[in-house]
Amino acid sequence: MKKLEYDVVILGGGAAGMGAVRGALSQKVSVLLIEREASTGGVLNQCIHNGFGVQVFKRELTGPEYHEMYLEKLEGFDAMYETTVLDIDSENGILKAISTDGVYEIKYGALVLATGARERPFEALRIPGSRPSGIFTAGLAQHFVNLENHLPGRKAVIIGSGDIGLIMARRLTLEGVEIEGVYEIMPYQGGLTRNVVQCLKDFNIPLYLSTSVVRVHGRERLKGITVAKFANGKPVDGTERFINCDTLIASVGLISENDLVEKNIEISSDGGAVVDDLMRTNVDNIFAAGNNICIHDLVDFVTVEGEMAGRNAARVAKNEKMAKRIGIFKKGKGIRIISVHYTTASDPFKMYVRVDHPMNVCTLRMNDTNLKTVLNAKPSEMIELTFDPSKHNLKGNLVLSATEVKR
Amino acid sequence: MSEKTIEMTCIVCPIGCNLKVTLDSNGKFLSVTGNRCPRGAAYAKEEVTEPKRILPTSIKVIGGELPLVSVRTEKAIPKKLIFEAMKVIRSSEVKAPVERGQILIKNILSTGVNVIATRTVKARFV
Repeated sequence: MKKLEYDVVILGGGAAGMGAVRGALSQKVSVLLIEREASTGGVLNQCIHNGFGVQVFKRELTGPEYHEMYLEKLEGFDAMYETTVLDIDSENGILKAISTDGVYEIKYGALVLATGARERPFEALRIPGSRPSGIFTAGLAQHFVNLENHLPGRKAVIIGSGDIGLIMARRLTLEGVEIEGVYEIMPYQGGLTRNVVQCLKDFNIPLYLSTSVVRVHGRERLKGITVAKFANGKPVDGTERFINCDTLIASVGLISENDLVEKNIEISSDGGAVVDDLMRTNVDNIFAAGNNICIHDLVDFVTVEGEMAGRNAARVAKNEKMAKRIGIFKKGKGIRIISVHYTTASDPFKMYVRVDHPMNVCTLRMNDTNLKTVLNAKPSEMIELTFDPSKHNLKGNLVLSATEVKR
Repeated sequence: MSEKTIEMTCIVCPIGCNLKVTLDSNGKFLSVTGNRCPRGAAYAKEEVTEPKRILPTSIKVIGGELPLVSVRTEKAIPKKLIFEAMKVIRSSEVKAPVERGQILIKNILSTGVNVIATRTVKARFV
């Protein structure tokens, strides 16, 4: 077994991992990036649409441009591609990884988890009927169309209105696939409003809310699906409709990827790695950033988090003394997701929250203190909060809540 | 003949203001309400006059490490030309290597807008 040793080791070469490389390099430490694919970039490589980089590069870019332009900022790190981590021994700071040329034992001063997320599969919906070919997750279809030059089918239905599903509705339409409609089980859209406008309205693709698939038809290839109206999470009798289609694209959510570390670190009930404002997990020399802490709307946010995780990981690797956790954030009424779960009493920091239902005007509070008023708050759109620990009493639980303001 | 009001969602930023746009009897832009910033007003005017979009797609690559290179129009092109532009782009191919920012189709459909590569595709060595 080959042995290596680095100050900072980063798992995952997507936006968060590249950010962590940059953050760590700024502290003049040795850096190793481990990536399972043959190159960096992660999902950016297949996200060929525009809308990236408005914050980090101050201009609107496509995913591949964002990836290459960011990569050009990174110099002086080692990388192992087509490499998978098998095990992390967090007590001794050693991980095992398998590459194309064998197994490696790698000692780290600090570790950054930047493993991103995976798509929730269609099977997770537990829909009755057969399982013919022609059923894809949106990201898989995106990979086929944008990187491999294959179309998934001729006539498609999209289940779920998350951003990748909306983007794929447009992408497949442009490539000549007929999109019968986008079906969303919730009474509101899953993705950003700008994507509903640019990807559906521009192409007259209907979006059916409170409607979803209840049956799959076909033996070898998908022949069609039955959809129905939903109320309170259950299909409404008598509202079923058959749709003839050969392709089903499922855009039904992303799941933070933490399988490798769930035995080492604290994981939230949403499946994300629990971090404090330094992006540190409950293990002092393990940090996490990006979609493996919670699902983000914008890659720009992920980059910034990654940079912070990398910088702080490098400081730990250099034996700098780091601030202790003092306050604990809790989700209160109206809040579904929080990106940061603990605060140290150091610098002001940014965190993100998602509300649990749409509100025209909502007030975000921490305990009894107003933090922000938000217009058009939707679960699909993250709200950025700047939190200054010096301005708050950090004793007890810091409960974040969102309440609708009635006008 | 009378004025007409149409509703739209602004897509300039993630706030997504609900805009009410007033048009004259010929469909010409008169005024907009509901926008929280001047960019929203500009968007509304362009949207009812000559809506434009950046077109991101891909072009076939010959002899490359990948079968496709991702591309986009350098600037937004009229929305009504998108399908025609797709025809032109789909019937094109380029030889590897391709550099990011390289112009792959000049002045597509006489819009004055070029189609550029959005990534690098190296040549495949055989």
